[in-house]
Amino acid sequence: MAKAELMNYEQALEQFEVVIGLEVHVELNTNTKMFCGCKNEFGNEPNTNVCPICIALPGALPAVNKTAVESSIKIGLALGCEIAPTGRFARKNYFYPDLAKNFQTSQYDEPIAFEGSLDVEVPSGKVHTVLIERAHMEEDAGKLTHIGGSTGRIQGAEYSLVDYNRAGVPLVEIVTKPVYGAGAEAPELAAAYVRSIREIVKGLGVSDARMERGNVRCDANVSLRKHGAEKLGTRTETKNVNSLRSIERAVRYEIQRQAHILANGGTIIQETRHWHEDKGATSAGRPKSDADDYRYFPEPDLVPVQPSRELIEALRATLPEKPADRRKRLAGEWGFSELEFRDVVNADLLDQIEETVTAGAKPQAARKWWMGELARIANESEEGAVPNITPAQVAELAKLIEDGKINDRLAREVLGYVLAGEGSPAEIVAARGLEVVSDDGALIAAIEAALASQPDVIPAIREGRMQAAGQVIGAVMKAMAGSADAARVRELLIEMANK
Amino acid sequence: MSEITPDLVRHLAGLARILVSDEEVEQFTKQLSLIADSVAHVSKAIDADTPSTSHPIAMANVFREDVVEPSLSQAEALSGAPDSAEGRFKVNAILDEE
Repeated sequence: MAKAELMNYEQALEQFEVVIGLEVHVELNTNTKMFCGCKNEFGNEPNTNVCPICIALPGALPAVNKTAVESSIKIGLALGCEIAPTGRFARKNYFYPDLAKNFQTSQYDEPIAFEGSLDVEVPSGKVHTVLIERAHMEEDAGKLTHIGGSTGRIQGAEYSLVDYNRAGVPLVEIVTKPVYGAGAEAPELAAAYVRSIREIVKGLGVSDARMERGNVRCDANVSLRKHGAEKLGTRTETKNVNSLRSIERAVRYEIQRQAHILANGGTIIQETRHWHEDKGATSAGRPKSDADDYRYFPEPDLVPVQPSRELIEALRATLPEKPADRRKRLAGEWGFSELEFRDVVNADLLDQIEETVTAGAKPQAARKWWMGELARIANESEEGAVPNITPAQVAELAKLIEDGKINDRLAREVLGYVLAGEGSPAEIVAARGLEVVSDDGALIAAIEAALASQPDVIPAIREGRMQAAGQVIGAVMKAMAGSADAARVRELLIEMANK
Repeated sequence: MSEITPDLVRHLAGLARILVSDEEVEQFTKQLSLIADSVAHVSKAIDADTPSTSHPIAMANVFREDVVEPSLSQAEALSGAPDSAEGRFKVNAILDEE
């Protein structure tokens, strides 16, 4: 795939106004699928969570999952949407083996929720109001694996294998109205919006919200128009953007790609594009054409969903704190600077730090570990994955330091063993004997050994030049392989100087 | 007059992945026209206030509790498939992006 020519980003924004639109699919974490009693579970043996309904055997009849409907209403309410007093399902007809029925059961003209809005804060601190067009219920499709061909992708594949465990898993698709006025921040806004959706559905407890597992997926629409133009430009829809970073990069790429084409007198083709994280580029998928003629019609096997006012109000009463309110509260409770707090949000570590604080760590200590050493380890790992450590373990580590059981250097060593799966920090400290030496006898022996080669230090301390102590502390640390309690060494030195 | 044209019939046949001959296109155009005209005739009898109906019996809110029921075994699930491999349904490669 040849990388398209791109216009410089600043130049693109000078010439064009960016309009984006986002479609986010949220997989619900119900026990069962949307229309049948098969388990909704990730990672099982292929085609073991399937039944006549979700593999479309003749005569099978769907039945709507009540919890999935309630979860969908909660999502709608959390996004400030109206909940439709009556809604129905529709068949979206297409031929592709990811669904065995040859249609996806979705909602078309009567979505369960519509007309909402969400305030989204971008890294600069600016808050954009994103208008929500609708949120509708539908079912996920099965998983295809393409066999043969060199790349494992569909081009050149000899055949495909289908696992229908995911077919029929409840989805809520949330669609924004066109988002104007984000300018240079459009890519950041797209990512921040998806982050907010993820926080909301996680906070509601209706989805596991793990992007790496596809629980939250985003399609990003991007179009450009000349500043002042009324008519919207032709848009492209970029699929397959499955991390916050990818969303940001993909939107930015499309802005630059489209700007180059438009500035050179070309036209944008309305098409689906695919994001390739490795290449940092999008490639053309199929053009929007006959293939998108889905011939929607009302699903005759299902009756309308008509949530009562009482049900809606009862669900509204269960809504948790809004993400924006939660952030305000946490920022106040933790006492971080505005910049520190924003960095935490942008690093996506709010949950981890909150849980670490709940587990007993001081907020600054929790921040230091997650934003420092653990972030560094995550960045160095291949997948940039969250390190294999629980907030409770981080809290325990911080507590060990606070109690003077270990120092920072030992803590980093302990952390390495925790990540290697050796157990909790306290267990590792005990098992490996990593506790700092604050036993005065051992420390005094090491100090005396160090002083023997540095006789000037004691007189220097007596003269009030405390920096001289540093050399001895360093020597003691070295001699004791880093396990000395530095603060105690310093105290002992002063005592010795004052004798 | 009906809006069903031979081109529309070909388009529909394409969407449904059905191969149709020219004779069939002509035949289906007539048949579909008759159906469309009949529906149009019914449309004249109802006014704008009549709610649309997608289900013959007026009922709503038929739900299933979110309780796991037994699934088929993998062998049962695949037993009707023309071909399978590695516990999965084997299908022809289709030239479209994932």
